[in-house]
Amino acid sequence: MTEPHIPVTEDELHAYVDGELPAERTAAVEAWLATHPEDAERVEAWRAMGQALHARYGNVLDEGVPKRLELDHLVKAPRRWIFGAVAATLLAFIVGGGVGWSVRSVSAAPADPLELLRREAITAHKLYIGEVRHPIEVAATEAHLLPWLSRRVGTTLRAPDLASFDLKLLGGRLLPGITAPAALFMYENPAGERVTLYATPLKTATSGFIYKEDNRVALVEWVADNYGYAISGPADKPRLKGIARASYEQMEKR
Amino acid sequence: MIAFRPGVEAMIPALRRYARALARDPDIADDLVQDTLVRALRSEKLFVGGDLRSWLYTILTNLNRNRRRSLARQPQFSPLVENAPDASGTEAESRDIARALATLQEDQRAVLLLVMLEGMSYREVADIQGVPIGTVMSRLARARAHVKNSLEGMRPSLRRVK
Repeated sequence: MTEPHIPVTEDELHAYVDGELPAERTAAVEAWLATHPEDAERVEAWRAMGQALHARYGNVLDEGVPKRLELDHLVKAPRRWIFGAVAATLLAFIVGGGVGWSVRSVSAAPADPLELLRREAITAHKLYIGEVRHPIEVAATEAHLLPWLSRRVGTTLRAPDLASFDLKLLGGRLLPGITAPAALFMYENPAGERVTLYATPLKTATSGFIYKEDNRVALVEWVADNYGYAISGPADKPRLKGIARASYEQMEKR
Repeated sequence: MIAFRPGVEAMIPALRRYARALARDPDIADDLVQDTLVRALRSEKLFVGGDLRSWLYTILTNLNRNRRRSLARQPQFSPLVENAPDASGTEAESRDIARALATLQEDQRAVLLLVMLEGMSYREVADIQGVPIGTVMSRLARARAHVKNSLEGMRPSLRRVK
């Protein structure tokens, strides 16, 4: 039965265009459109938009698949360096490095150590999660990863096991840090979402977990025994706090 | 269930279409597809059934989000003039739609393309983005309103003068 008296919502107009409207509401929406020319005009514009998208990108389907995307090729050959990727990587290093450097020199005045930790950790996170080919310096499979980073950072580092969060350790890298070198561990889930753990010496009072969000990227930072730590990843407070707590507990057991 | 590799292979053209619209630059788009495929192949043994198509789109969407976050730290360069040859559609019109897409916020662009270009259901898009359906719908509504406005703004003749 149709219910023409229930007013049509904006969501229903979208659902109508996308074929997601329950059949029993179709007549009501069509009756509505017949008497509401502004909504009818919007629906028409959305349809035209769909046609324009298909006109613009539909022909990609007919293009031959380039060699580098053939599965046999991807399985056999190690991935080649692609000019664009190399250029993008270099650019990221140069520009990223430049920004980091200018921030460092501008903030000559002593700042809140937690603020510094936050800034360094989120900067490193944002820079390296975007690296498709070189997100890490040393892979988790290499035995010298932890001894090397521990030696440089000056404490016995452990990379926490985050399998219970569906995260696998990719590896780590060494970074300049705030007052001393820092270690960055990168984790990834099967869908490609990345989470990093940043650790560096930081002489300040021990703190609890602090959550900060910045444009859909977030971090949880804490200080323990003169080391500052930060877990960064997609903004999701309970999840990131859970990861931070698990990391803290595992690293404390030593 | 379709065998894993042929299933992935069959998706390559559609993934390229989505990536092309998402990233605009054809080379970057193919980089994204390549990396999506490499990841998919690497996780072949982990894939225990389920929706292969959604899974591949999820990987690609995440990879692009990572890429955008890392780019967000860089100064904005003015985008290159679209110089990909257009095989169909009037050229001016398709440039307009590409330009309108470029002004969308990342998650809104992904929703718009997944629904309108790739024909995904709201449910599938919600799974891909890891958000509730309500969020998908509000992103879609905002994206459509934004693209509509910017398409209209590009055609001065249609501007209402009062």
